[in-house]
Amino acid sequence: MHHVVLERWSRRSSALHRADPRAKIAILVVFLVVLATAHRDVALFAAGSAVLLCGASVWARLPLAAVVMRAAVVLPFSLAFAAVCWMAGDAQRGLQLAAKSYLSALAVLLLVSTTALPRLLRGLESLGAPRFLLMVAQFLYRYLFVTSEEAQHMAKAAQSRGATAAGMAKRQARFRAAAGALAVLFARSYGRAGEIHRAMAARGFQGHFETLTPLRFRSIDALIAVTGSLAPVALRLAIERLS
Amino acid sequence: MQPLIEVCGLHYAYDDGTLALRGVNFRLDPGESVALLGANGSGKTTFVLHLNGLLGGGDDPQPHVAVCGLPLTRANLGLVRRKVGLVFQDSDNQLFMPTVLEDVAFGPLNLGKSPAEAIEVARHALATTGMAEAEERAPYHLSAGEKKRVALAGILAMDPEILVLDEPTTFLDPPGQRSLAELLRNLPQAKIVVTHDTAFARSVCTRAVFFQRGAVVADGRIEEVVERFRWDPYLANSRSER
Amino acid sequence: MHIPDGYLSTGVWATLDAAAVPAVVVMARQAQRRFDDARVPLLGVMGAFVFAAQMINFPAGLGTSAHLLGGALLAVTLGAPAATVVMTAIIAIQALVFQDGGILVLGPNILNMAVIGVWAGYLPFRLAGSGRWRNLAIFAGGAASVLVSAICALAELKLSGLPDKALGVSSVVFLISAPIEGAITLAVVKALEAIRPGFVRQPEPGRRLNASLLAAGMASIFLAAVGVLYSSPAPDGIEQTGLISGLAARVKVLVSTPFSGYEAAFLSGTWSRKAAAGLAGLAIIYLVCLMIGRLARKRSV
Repeated sequence: MHHVVLERWSRRSSALHRADPRAKIAILVVFLVVLATAHRDVALFAAGSAVLLCGASVWARLPLAAVVMRAAVVLPFSLAFAAVCWMAGDAQRGLQLAAKSYLSALAVLLLVSTTALPRLLRGLESLGAPRFLLMVAQFLYRYLFVTSEEAQHMAKAAQSRGATAAGMAKRQARFRAAAGALAVLFARSYGRAGEIHRAMAARGFQGHFETLTPLRFRSIDALIAVTGSLAPVALRLAIERLS
Repeated sequence: MQPLIEVCGLHYAYDDGTLALRGVNFRLDPGESVALLGANGSGKTTFVLHLNGLLGGGDDPQPHVAVCGLPLTRANLGLVRRKVGLVFQDSDNQLFMPTVLEDVAFGPLNLGKSPAEAIEVARHALATTGMAEAEERAPYHLSAGEKKRVALAGILAMDPEILVLDEPTTFLDPPGQRSLAELLRNLPQAKIVVTHDTAFARSVCTRAVFFQRGAVVADGRIEEVVERFRWDPYLANSRSER
Repeated sequence: MHIPDGYLSTGVWATLDAAAVPAVVVMARQAQRRFDDARVPLLGVMGAFVFAAQMINFPAGLGTSAHLLGGALLAVTLGAPAATVVMTAIIAIQALVFQDGGILVLGPNILNMAVIGVWAGYLPFRLAGSGRWRNLAIFAGGAASVLVSAICALAELKLSGLPDKALGVSSVVFLISAPIEGAITLAVVKALEAIRPGFVRQPEPGRRLNASLLAAGMASIFLAAVGVLYSSPAPDGIEQTGLISGLAARVKVLVSTPFSGYEAAFLSGTWSRKAAAGLAGLAIIYLVCLMIGRLARKRSV
């Protein structure tokens, strides 16, 4: 599954991996804003950004080809939109769409490939995001794989259950079987949540999650944040000056 | 000697009225290892959920259950849950934090320890169960046996006096079962093991309590109970032939 | 629809990010006050359920298959505030882990799908869910959750200057997937009731809508409408309606700031102006978030 690969990458070791998540979030936001607001010489800026991102990926000791391909998951959607834009006479917008969405996806991928998700969520919390929401996201992520595995088993079972009828009846039967499978998955998830809650209560849960290790922002993190944020800005300035 | 657990005439009915426990009497002394045996639905799990107040604790005070001399009331729940450590059947539902260390430290943190203290206690518990290397790992990357040991560490970190394990060998392969049995034998706490695995029960416990339709129908040496109810799936016939 | 980065114009995404803040903060606070942290596992696990549910295929005719999107189902089982929190978490995880949907456009995506979509999915059920129109209400909720969030997304894309042809193609897709979502939602609700009737809520028609929720909702909509109108790069079509142009003109006067037109006047070079404006806008949004969060925390203590 996709996020399993991401898990492996995010637990590797490099200066970027060790950096405070807040520094990396700041760099990402700056880069995305600079990219989003670029309207002149977009192609040149896109190329330069691609170089920057690939460089960062190499510095983070990530498998470059795999990362580049992984970000391409956004391309089918964007290229379809780009094609329609071209047919409507606005080819430039179409190309910009495709380039910007791909580079944005690549940048986000870099963030989550160098930061374990729970740590990223903690970074977001210390930057002011609502804790309740982030805890929900944390639990969601924890049980994503487990529940997906359950769903895979049920999907196969549902398929085979509906396979006996023929034609229209077959479609109805498969529809009902799929709905039944979803309902069972729902019930199981609900039951699982109940048992998790009992497990929490059994270990003294008082109604509030405590933090174990707070994040520490070091001077190296500040350095990384500043350099990383200035890079796309400097690139853009340079392109503007030269053109 | 004060018993660790004393249950007198425990009744419990589900919301729809079905009687799950009918007047259960039970006593656990320090250092004992007891297996709870019985058919599916005989009330074993319902019973152990009463021991730390997950069922029957809180608004409806349970005067029929006493843990270390404390009756099970809402005021005592916190104390009782420190003394009775419950290891669930599905470790995935017990390891709900993002990393092993955070999960094992969950209990100590809730007990009021500082983060530094909680980490130390957690590390010690992980070392006891042989999972010290797994601190930073995510739970779903662990094997079933490793998850069980981390779950046990999470309970040990609360410093309980009684360990309760619900079907601990589910999902475990034979080597996993063997190492869990060895680990349990070396732990000083009193143990209650709910299990269908008679071999496992025999290797960990000396005493067995047999549940039938919500009531305790036998309580004695494990060998005798197993033989009386033919609870060993593969040896029962050969025994009767002798 | 999950809008990726790079599709929306700066005015649109920045405004909607700002508008999403009060909505998300109030929803999170609402859910927490009602449930406290004890409900976190349920909401998290049900979020994982929605992800996993998307692996189960429903035959949609003509050899295609569809899957559940989930907003309406969550609303009728967990209630709308909890459903909003779950959907927000889902959208965030989808954007971060699966790069499905952009980061700068989390505001629009959350507003479209987690706020507006969820409430559009819940409203029919709340109004007619306890009578003989129950099945229709559930179906309508499922369809509405997809349709309304799609319309919002398309509107945002149009205001960002995307050509009508692209929007037309998308509309067709949404018109098909809306009734499918309705059908799937209804089928799953029926199957759920067969397992345990308590899973699905009984809507109480007599209850007053929470005043603060309503206020936050109206504030978000107003912010979004004003800001998007004001910042639209496609003013001609809108100005054709005299009423709206009059409103826009008045609003322009009212909110004229150094950042009007999303260009910081004191920086030379258009892109740096826009970028500076964008970043300053985000910084302001961030500070406002912090303030709201602090105020809300004080009130609930």
